[in-house]
Amino acid sequence: MRESTLTIGQLTLRLCGVVVAMFAFGFALVPIYDVMCQAFGINGKTSASAYQGAAEVDASREVKVQFVATNAADMVWGFEPVAAQLTVSPGSVQEMRFIAHNPTDKPMTAQAIPSVSPSKAAAYFHKTECFCFTQQVLQPGERIEMPVRFIVDRDLPADVHRLTLGYTLFDITARKPPVPVAGR
Amino acid sequence: MSAVIDHTAHAGHDHHHGPAKGLMRWVLTTNHKDIGSMYLWFSFIMFLVGGSMAMVIRAELFQPGMQIVEPEFFNQMTTMHGLIMVFGAVMPAFVGLANWMIPLMIGAPDMALPRMNNFSFWLLPAAFGILLSTLFTEAGGPNFGWTFYAPLSTTYAPESVTFFIFGVHLMGVSSIMGAINVVATILNLRAPGMTLMKMPLFVWTWLITAFLLIAVMPVLAGCVTMMLMDIHFGTSFFSAAGGGDPVLFQHVFWFFGHPEVYIMILPAFGAVSAIIPAFARKPLFGYTSMVYATASIAFLSFIVWAHHMFTVGIPLTGELFFMYATMLIAVPTGVKVFNWVSTMWRGSMTFEAPMLFAVAFVILFTIGGFSGLMLAIAPADFQYHDTYFVVAHFHYVLVPGAIFGIFASAYFWLPKWTGHMYDEVLAKTHFWMSFIGMNLAFFPMHFVGLAGMPRRIPDYNLQFADFNMISSIGAFTFGASQLLFLFIVIKCIRGGKPAPAKPWDGAEGLEWSVPSPAPYHTFSTPPEVK
Repeated sequence: MRESTLTIGQLTLRLCGVVVAMFAFGFALVPIYDVMCQAFGINGKTSASAYQGAAEVDASREVKVQFVATNAADMVWGFEPVAAQLTVSPGSVQEMRFIAHNPTDKPMTAQAIPSVSPSKAAAYFHKTECFCFTQQVLQPGERIEMPVRFIVDRDLPADVHRLTLGYTLFDITARKPPVPVAGR
Repeated sequence: MSAVIDHTAHAGHDHHHGPAKGLMRWVLTTNHKDIGSMYLWFSFIMFLVGGSMAMVIRAELFQPGMQIVEPEFFNQMTTMHGLIMVFGAVMPAFVGLANWMIPLMIGAPDMALPRMNNFSFWLLPAAFGILLSTLFTEAGGPNFGWTFYAPLSTTYAPESVTFFIFGVHLMGVSSIMGAINVVATILNLRAPGMTLMKMPLFVWTWLITAFLLIAVMPVLAGCVTMMLMDIHFGTSFFSAAGGGDPVLFQHVFWFFGHPEVYIMILPAFGAVSAIIPAFARKPLFGYTSMVYATASIAFLSFIVWAHHMFTVGIPLTGELFFMYATMLIAVPTGVKVFNWVSTMWRGSMTFEAPMLFAVAFVILFTIGGFSGLMLAIAPADFQYHDTYFVVAHFHYVLVPGAIFGIFASAYFWLPKWTGHMYDEVLAKTHFWMSFIGMNLAFFPMHFVGLAGMPRRIPDYNLQFADFNMISSIGAFTFGASQLLFLFIVIKCIRGGKPAPAKPWDGAEGLEWSVPSPAPYHTFSTPPEVK
């Protein structure tokens, strides 16, 4: 009793404050985790910042970029890249197209989630345009080509010779019902 | 009221401040001893319920092939066994011990927040009623493992997951209130002269445990709240389809989960630090280093969580950091083991039941610590991950660690609680049956784990058959011996050799200065501590 300068009520109130703060901290872990993933390229999360590297192409170096398209569980769309692999020079702007096809008789909405491996190279992979930035709505039987434009950073570590850009396509029709098109 | 001064001369129940009669005594009580007893009984019931589930698991694994239960039910058993043992058996048992012993050890008349104490206990039957009721639903209870990783516990969960979430919320609230109560009691209600560095180690370890609880139980609450929102309100914290990440779940969960394992062991450290000196008849070796070692373990527990996730794909620097930070915990833990052994060194030791459990604790917990060090080695963990080696490891730290610590405490303080000595012969039988059963059950799991038997699977390859049969026989032995423990406790409550105020001649502390059984009200006037 002599050492503590707080009454029981004051102490309890402060401890309750800690509890509230730690509950909030649990939720703060969500943005902290995203920031960490971006900063360290963990989980294949690609760089969100604009390409800052030199504009000229490093023609002395060649990097193979492979493309992988995967459907998430229960997704029925056809989904594939037009080519399995490109050989690129760091610094150059490249384009690859992915083909998506809705074979069902219902309009559906899909979202593609990208991932780059090896993860230490993810921060050096810059997408300037990507179909993964938006949700895709396809009408029954519709087929589209979806472009992704990217630049491999000139600062890519020298021991990386091969990159894989993978997309997983998720069915989010239940969450974002597509707007029906008149006349169909 | 003038009787307060000399009321220790009276027997507890004929005093006019004695307990009320009937059922409402237990519903409305704010007495720390009543609430402590209720916590201990509740945890023992949960121990038997969770233990029965373990018996189902071991019966299924007695022989290879599908034997007794459906795989779906097997999954529910592994999940509920873990949840009930962690949140229903071990944690409430330590809260019960804290309620009974902390006021007696620091010379306080009761806990600082007695009404909250009552509420935090009565939340528990509600929480576990909700959790257990899920087993009777059509889709069955939680089946995603006690770690409830997303998306197993979100996208693919049975509908009863909402009950599970609400149950976890209730037990979280209960634990947090219990922890706040412990901190307030220890910091505000110590008797004059009871400085922090004179407190018994059980009080110290509980103070640190309470801070761990206050820090991480809200994170668990946040974690299950995020699950709830993902399941019912269309958010995507853990769903990759909406831009979330299932790996985030594991980070949030283990940020809670790793301190949680120390919440389950630190109070046992404290109890053993009281019991070994009593039966070695020597003061505890290195009291100050024990306090600092406990605090170091608590601090380190916050920066090692990702060692549970070496295989999910964290960067190399992360693997190295979490590997070395984890290994660092062996240093303060080694200090503690060294101190216990040094306390026994050249002591006049006798081996009554509390001491048997305490010595077994030191030896077997150390074995569990060593297998923990093996698991901490990130490159090796890729082989051990999710095998029976992990099951062997955490059962070696929890069964002869936490649970033997609780048994040792129960035998040590039963004379103080009941006023009778327990039956020493039966208690030693209980010890040896538990000791042999537990080692038979869990030691072979090291071997089958290293050989690659995966955990949480109801069937296994033929090559693991013999070791699994041995494990099952050991588990049945251990399970049956707990019924003997129930018998011993009831026998001790109903009668037996009357216990003196201080039944153990080497024991130290204020709790032995009050008569046995401890009167309903103790230390109404604070004792003087020199």
